[in-house]
Amino acid sequence: MNNLTSLQSLQPVLPEIALAVGAMVLLMLAVFAGDRAARFVNTLCILLLIGVGALIVMQPAGRVTMFDNGFVVDDFARFLKLLALAGSAGSLILSLDYLTREGLQKAEFGVLVLLATLGMLLLISANDLIALYLGLELMSLPLYVIASSNRDNAKSTEAGLKYFVLGALSSGMLLYGASLIYGFTGTVNFAGIAKAVQGGAGTGLIFGLVFLFAGFCFKISAVPFHMWTPDVYEGAPTPVTAFFAAAPKVAGIAIFVRASVVAFPGITHSWQQIVVFVSIASMALGAFAAIGQTNIKRLMAYSSIGHMGFALVGLAAGTAEGVQGVLIYMTIYVGMTLGTFAVILSMRRDGRMVENISDLSGMSRTHPTMAFMLAMLLFSLAGVPPLAGFFGKFYVFLAAINAGLYTLAVIGVLSSVVGAFYYLSIVKVMYFDAPAPAFQRTPALVGLMMVVFGTLNIVFFLYPAPLLGAATAAAKSLF
Amino acid sequence: MFQAIVFLPLLGAILAGVIALVSARSRFPGEAPPPGAEDDATGAPVHHHSAHVAGGGVIHHDSHEPGDGHGHDGHGHGPVEPAAAGSRTAELITTTLLMVSAILSWIALVQVGFGGHDVRVPLIDWIVSGNLKVEWALRIDTLTAVMLVVVNTVSALVHLYSIGYMHEEPYRPRFFGYLSLFTFAMLMLVTSDNLVQMFFGWEGVGLASYLLIGFWYYKPEANAAAIKAFVVNRVGDFGFALGIFALFAMTGAVDFDTVFAQAPGLVGKSINFFGWHADAMTLICLFLFMGAMGKSAQFLLHTWLPDAMEGPTPVSALIHAATMVTAGVFMVARLSPLFELAPHAQAFVMFIGATTAIFAATIGLVQNDIKRIVAYSTCSQLGYMFVAMGAGAYSVGMFHLFTHAFFKALLFLGSGSVIHAMHHEQDIRKMGGLKDRIPFTYIVMLIGTLALTGFPLTAGYFSKDAIIESAFVANNPMALYAFVCTVAAALLTSFYSWRLVFKTFHGAPHDVKHWKEAHESPMVMLVPLAVLAAGSILAGFPFKEIFAGHGVEHFFRESLKFGPNNKVLEEMHHIPMQIGLLPTVMMVIGFIVAWYFYIRKPQIPVELARQHEVLYKFLLNKWYFDEIYDVIFVRPAKWIGYSLWKKGDGWLIDGFGPDGVSARVLDVTRSVVRLQTGYLYHYAFAMLIGAALFITWFMFSAGIH
Repeated sequence: MNNLTSLQSLQPVLPEIALAVGAMVLLMLAVFAGDRAARFVNTLCILLLIGVGALIVMQPAGRVTMFDNGFVVDDFARFLKLLALAGSAGSLILSLDYLTREGLQKAEFGVLVLLATLGMLLLISANDLIALYLGLELMSLPLYVIASSNRDNAKSTEAGLKYFVLGALSSGMLLYGASLIYGFTGTVNFAGIAKAVQGGAGTGLIFGLVFLFAGFCFKISAVPFHMWTPDVYEGAPTPVTAFFAAAPKVAGIAIFVRASVVAFPGITHSWQQIVVFVSIASMALGAFAAIGQTNIKRLMAYSSIGHMGFALVGLAAGTAEGVQGVLIYMTIYVGMTLGTFAVILSMRRDGRMVENISDLSGMSRTHPTMAFMLAMLLFSLAGVPPLAGFFGKFYVFLAAINAGLYTLAVIGVLSSVVGAFYYLSIVKVMYFDAPAPAFQRTPALVGLMMVVFGTLNIVFFLYPAPLLGAATAAAKSLF
Repeated sequence: MFQAIVFLPLLGAILAGVIALVSARSRFPGEAPPPGAEDDATGAPVHHHSAHVAGGGVIHHDSHEPGDGHGHDGHGHGPVEPAAAGSRTAELITTTLLMVSAILSWIALVQVGFGGHDVRVPLIDWIVSGNLKVEWALRIDTLTAVMLVVVNTVSALVHLYSIGYMHEEPYRPRFFGYLSLFTFAMLMLVTSDNLVQMFFGWEGVGLASYLLIGFWYYKPEANAAAIKAFVVNRVGDFGFALGIFALFAMTGAVDFDTVFAQAPGLVGKSINFFGWHADAMTLICLFLFMGAMGKSAQFLLHTWLPDAMEGPTPVSALIHAATMVTAGVFMVARLSPLFELAPHAQAFVMFIGATTAIFAATIGLVQNDIKRIVAYSTCSQLGYMFVAMGAGAYSVGMFHLFTHAFFKALLFLGSGSVIHAMHHEQDIRKMGGLKDRIPFTYIVMLIGTLALTGFPLTAGYFSKDAIIESAFVANNPMALYAFVCTVAAALLTSFYSWRLVFKTFHGAPHDVKHWKEAHESPMVMLVPLAVLAAGSILAGFPFKEIFAGHGVEHFFRESLKFGPNNKVLEEMHHIPMQIGLLPTVMMVIGFIVAWYFYIRKPQIPVELARQHEVLYKFLLNKWYFDEIYDVIFVRPAKWIGYSLWKKGDGWLIDGFGPDGVSARVLDVTRSVVRLQTGYLYHYAFAMLIGAALFITWFMFSAGIH
């Protein structure tokens, strides 16, 4: 009876448990069935992610804490978990055909993604520093592996190694920060920390805060902790890049927001300064550096650096409205990213992938639908109304303005102007340059993803209410 | 009735415009011009033109051969393409409406002028904004009625004449539309009840003049002339506008009744004009007169009028002889209550008028283009009118305006008839002996010349002599100067007019081929000539009393204002006999000299020109005004424009604006891309530096409590 009660009390972690157990089962399956069943296993992984998503949707509303307040399930967590799952599942769907074609179809690929996703879910729900660190590491370790999953490719292994070394450094910094915070507050629990820093914080705690944030910034590749991003994005296999660009960013932003808002409400003024600086630096660097790129994956790396900067504008506001803006921004960002990578994954010519912007030349004539979808996605990434990307920017800037951060908003808008240049230059290449040879046929799943995300991106403005409502509810649960 | 007089021409203009649009559409149903029209196989210059016509998006595509260019009345020898559909309809509609308008105008003159019924027809409120209230209203008094008669009569005759003169022209609906539009604008001007409405008409005639001078838009000279007319008039209009503003600033009103009522109160007041406390009335009148100088091609702003001869000849007759160029004279007459109060301004008016009269006459002496001679003559005669205005003899100026409209339109249309006969030859050196070939034209030209030179009992005799007399008796510091100038100009006028007649109609033909082919113009052109010839004789004597005699007060009543000290009209009847005869003597001397030079001893003028080459060139080149303006205004303006373009826009704005920003962006891009070295330790270093930066920031900032 007692056992049964405690089992029932595990209900809120059911999705995570399901994911963990499922991942292990699939790992066994992969080990015994070998690479012959790789595609089958990977497909099951996708289904498992969808199933976990369904479990999360079925959870009752409200806030539940577990494991001695180390784990929290609230609207905020549910929202971001669904988003992270969508990012993972979407990247896996995009990867299926790619892996087969490139001869990289390995069963452990899907399982590693599952494990990383499990880490994300834990990270999103983390409510103390220990849970935070465990989730972060569980997320990161599989990422290092899949970054170099194309083992025979020097660039891929280089990417994995760089990511690992720098990731280790950032983990060290984060741990150092966590230990400082524990030392100065005497607790690892977010609520306890919040209570301890109510009347302000000493230098030591601020040191801890800085190192903690450094770890977060590394995960979301915000300046100046972004340096790994372009190299890893370029070196890693393209579906992995898509995955990196989508899901871990969601988890990273989630813990960044939760830690800032829940654990340090007393010193908002202090952490706001870090976030503002990081945000400005990210937006500016993303915009300027992307102009110099010729490789579209590298360009997407800088693009994602810039977008993280924009998302942090919302966090910098430090208000519920700002958090709502972050959530909306991230959702739209994940959609745009997956759609764009679907196009990038279609850039296959003469049996191998091409990744240069010049390879898109004249695509409007060879692949009109794809060119249109990419053009719309790029306009959206640039923030042109009425496409979805505009609303993302609109809500974060609105929050920043309402919080009195005028300089930040102005710089943000200006850097989005600079950023528009490189997005539009791709459109120009597609529509006005002489056509390059046509690409090979787009795989059905990739084409489907392209059309789905492209269309969602275009028609979002017709019915934005569900997303806005969910984001509002999620943001409120933190305050 | 008055609404009909004013708006019938507008109706005609609209209908002709619709016909022009429809016919252009039917001519070019597709969007693109027909292929092959782009280039001529022989490489001859074929001009074509695309113009988007408002409302229809119709594309005019035109290809013409402009003849052999300069010195020609240039719509080519024979039509290159068929006339636009509906040409005849457009001609008939506009001409008929104008005829109706003209007849009604004469009725109006009788009613208003002789019957003494001033009328004010309010139409609608135009602008009501704060204390600025502008109405559309027709102000019909004797002054207006006279102008209505002049404008509509000449316009109707020119419309009729154009049917014959322009019969080879493929775009007649457009031409007649413009003519009627001009007439409407001119009527708006003369019927205006306030200064803003007058300005509307003022600009309207400017627009129509621009369109008509540039009617043959494929001729570069016509285009240049059209632009020149527009730009030079802009200078005058700028002054006019300033005058209106100043008047509004001083009186708070723009309608004539209020302004005139308040004007006496402004005497002695001053306006602060860029720190200069100018006498209000003088400054206002000078500004307003500046507008008149532009529109009436007075000295310094005259340069556009001779060039405007690039337009079709009927246009020259209507706009650049009889109506638009007299708008300045009309304006001064209309504003006589103001000018009466500004003696300094009046002196200036007189000075400019007298200078123009003699100046333009000297240039007319040596010109060879038949239309340009008449154009300079017009310029000179307008100077006469301003002399009368300056003298305070407004009705006398109006008298000359009235008679001049007839004989100058006659001279222009007669010249047109000559040009028509000579296959668009305009150089009088290539003519000669034409009196046998085109006797009717010869006779009417003779009548026009007699009237212009002031032969006794012709129209010009009465009005011109009256001006010279008024200048003699005027109480004005410039009176003596004006008197001398006008008398001398009378001599010169007689000389160049007879020179024109002798070189064109007498002597041996210089171009036998053209001479043989010369033919009398069709009836539709001769009838207007006959009417105008009759007017040139009869417009003088019957109107003498009411314009320059004892009937003035009764005829013009309130429309012209004579100050209490203004006794010019009275005193000019008591001048010495010798003075009265002086103009006639001058006319005779001019005639004799011309006869001697061009009939008796044709080698003399050649000899003279050779001996006094500097003087001859000076006159032939129009006192080098175009060249001087080119140096003083055109080239500096071009230089300023060029430097603003290259330095201001290109270097400064583009350099530091778009181009500079984008270049800096690329610089930043290059440097941040260079940061990305690919070395792991650089990346790690960046992270640690970043963390250290934040730490340092918090250690030294107020971030820590």
